[in-house]
Amino acid sequence: MSPLTPTDSNVLTVSHLNVYAGDHHILRDINLEIPSNRITVLLGPSGCGKTTLLKCMNKLTDLYKELKVSGNIYIGNDDILNTTHNIPAIRQKMGLLSQRPYPLPVSIYKNVAYGLKIKGIRDRKLIDFSVEKHLREVGLWDEVKNRLNAPATSLSIGQQQRLCLARGLAVKPAIILADEPTSALDPISSKIIEHLFREMKRHYTIVLVTHVLRQAIRLADHVIFMCDGRIVEQGSPSDLFSHPQSDELRAYLIDGN
Amino acid sequence: MRRIKIIEEKIFVFLSAFMTYSLILVLMFIIGVVFVKGFNALNPDMILKTPRGGYYYGGEGGVLNAIAGSLYIAVGATLIAIFIGLPAALYINVQLIRHRKTQNTIRYFLDALWGIPSIVYGAFGFTLMLFFGMNASLLAGIITVALLISPIMVRTFDEVLSTIPRGLYEASLALGSTRTETAFKVIFRQGFPGFITAVLLSFGRGIGDAASVLFTAGYTDNVPVNLDEPAATLPLAIFFQLGSPIPEVRERAFASAVILTLIILLLSFSARFMAKKYSRTNLR
Ligand SMILES: Nc1ncnc2c1ncn2[C@@H]1O[C@H](COP(=O)(O)OP(=O)(O)OP(=O)(O)O)[C@@H](O)[C@H]1O
Ligand SMILES: [Mg+2]
Repeated sequence: MSPLTPTDSNVLTVSHLNVYAGDHHILRDINLEIPSNRITVLLGPSGCGKTTLLKCMNKLTDLYKELKVSGNIYIGNDDILNTTHNIPAIRQKMGLLSQRPYPLPVSIYKNVAYGLKIKGIRDRKLIDFSVEKHLREVGLWDEVKNRLNAPATSLSIGQQQRLCLARGLAVKPAIILADEPTSALDPISSKIIEHLFREMKRHYTIVLVTHVLRQAIRLADHVIFMCDGRIVEQGSPSDLFSHPQSDELRAYLIDGN
Repeated sequence: MRRIKIIEEKIFVFLSAFMTYSLILVLMFIIGVVFVKGFNALNPDMILKTPRGGYYYGGEGGVLNAIAGSLYIAVGATLIAIFIGLPAALYINVQLIRHRKTQNTIRYFLDALWGIPSIVYGAFGFTLMLFFGMNASLLAGIITVALLISPIMVRTFDEVLSTIPRGLYEASLALGSTRTETAFKVIFRQGFPGFITAVLLSFGRGIGDAASVLFTAGYTDNVPVNLDEPAATLPLAIFFQLGSPIPEVRERAFASAVILTLIILLLSFSARFMAKKYSRTNLR
């Protein structure tokens, strides 16, 4: 496969990405494009490297000294993988939503304000405005407006996950990286998150890892199927789900249903 | 069959409740006895005055020298132990994160250090002191007590840090904060209640220990003003006064014990209070 080059409709391009942990080849020559304002779903059996791929995208792999990462990841024309310049700004372009919510050990309000304060914004009115706006965006405002100073941990897990989403949105990312964001949630909270993702497509690009096949079918605009560190198939959901080409994907679809 | 199980259960519940409440009772009893025995000698002079001439024969004065000495030594040692403990705990948890074996070996050694009787630290401090040609002094006492409580500090800091989930760290970085911002605004904040507990636990151990300061801090009737002067301590003040044949002096020993106990109780209450206050916002 020839190296991919960045284009306008793709916000993020991964090219020849390889990740090793010692002898273990975790990601093998990954080439992919993330279309903008779409939901790209990453599918694959456990341990195939989905989380690692997401962590490469916002450079959290830097934290793991044992991982050797090579290749390129482009946002626009910038290779974000091979730079050490202004890493916080790169990470701010991507909101991370993890498997379980990790609210910061401060109040609900301060959780959302955190990213703004980090950016150096001090204007109280602006922060107030932004906190309300993003809490509304995730549908949490009415539930928490009377207790903004309560600890974030006093919220239910589903609310905490939405708070984490609002907190991420407040730093104005272009891409949302969501790693099984509903796996710790009850069905109703999961539905809310799914609904939010569908709404958010207008303004953001979403990369979603999920093990719930039905969720993938409901949400995906673009599907990438991985197995054992490799991309086995990628394309439109109708192609992949109705006409799987590989034995791996066929097996995965059967097991998942 | 069922019947027996129920009876068994009842016996166990009774036994564990009995043990729990008797422990509390014993604690109350100890405090009560000390209070009653020391009550007559408890007066403002005890905490406001140093021993005057003839104090140890029932003359005027108090144990301000020992209160001050104990506080100086405990505060000094705690500060040193924090400076040793925080970096060490960070090293174990951050740098060694992929080296389980090394981590556990270090923890094992620290736990062993924790278990060494304080008289051994006292003897070691004494040897060290002679080696450097120092006299029994505030400084020697501080260093010895710091050695005594450092393993406690490192291990409790370590426990706190190891319970902070990695995901929290990553969440903070993903929001665009630097490592330093993450360390101070998130990790420190999350660990704060635990850190306070660690510090006060170590402080309590340090201020109450007699054996480690026996040879190293010496004893004096004055409040020390320099690091190279000897310093009295409350545990030793209790020890000396309790050995007196004069009843009034023995009473003062108990009054001193009351003072020491109050200091420690005050500490553990404030520790609980602060930990509670700051853990409200914490991830569990
Ligand atoms: N820091 C690391 N050191 C060593 N091996 C690692 C590291 N991180 C991930 N791996 C290995 O890489 C492989 C892929 O892990 P990853 O977490 O990316 O899988 P995943 O697809 O997200 O799985 P799951 O669906 O269970 O979350 C696994 O075999 C894992 O053991
Ligand atoms: Mg994963």
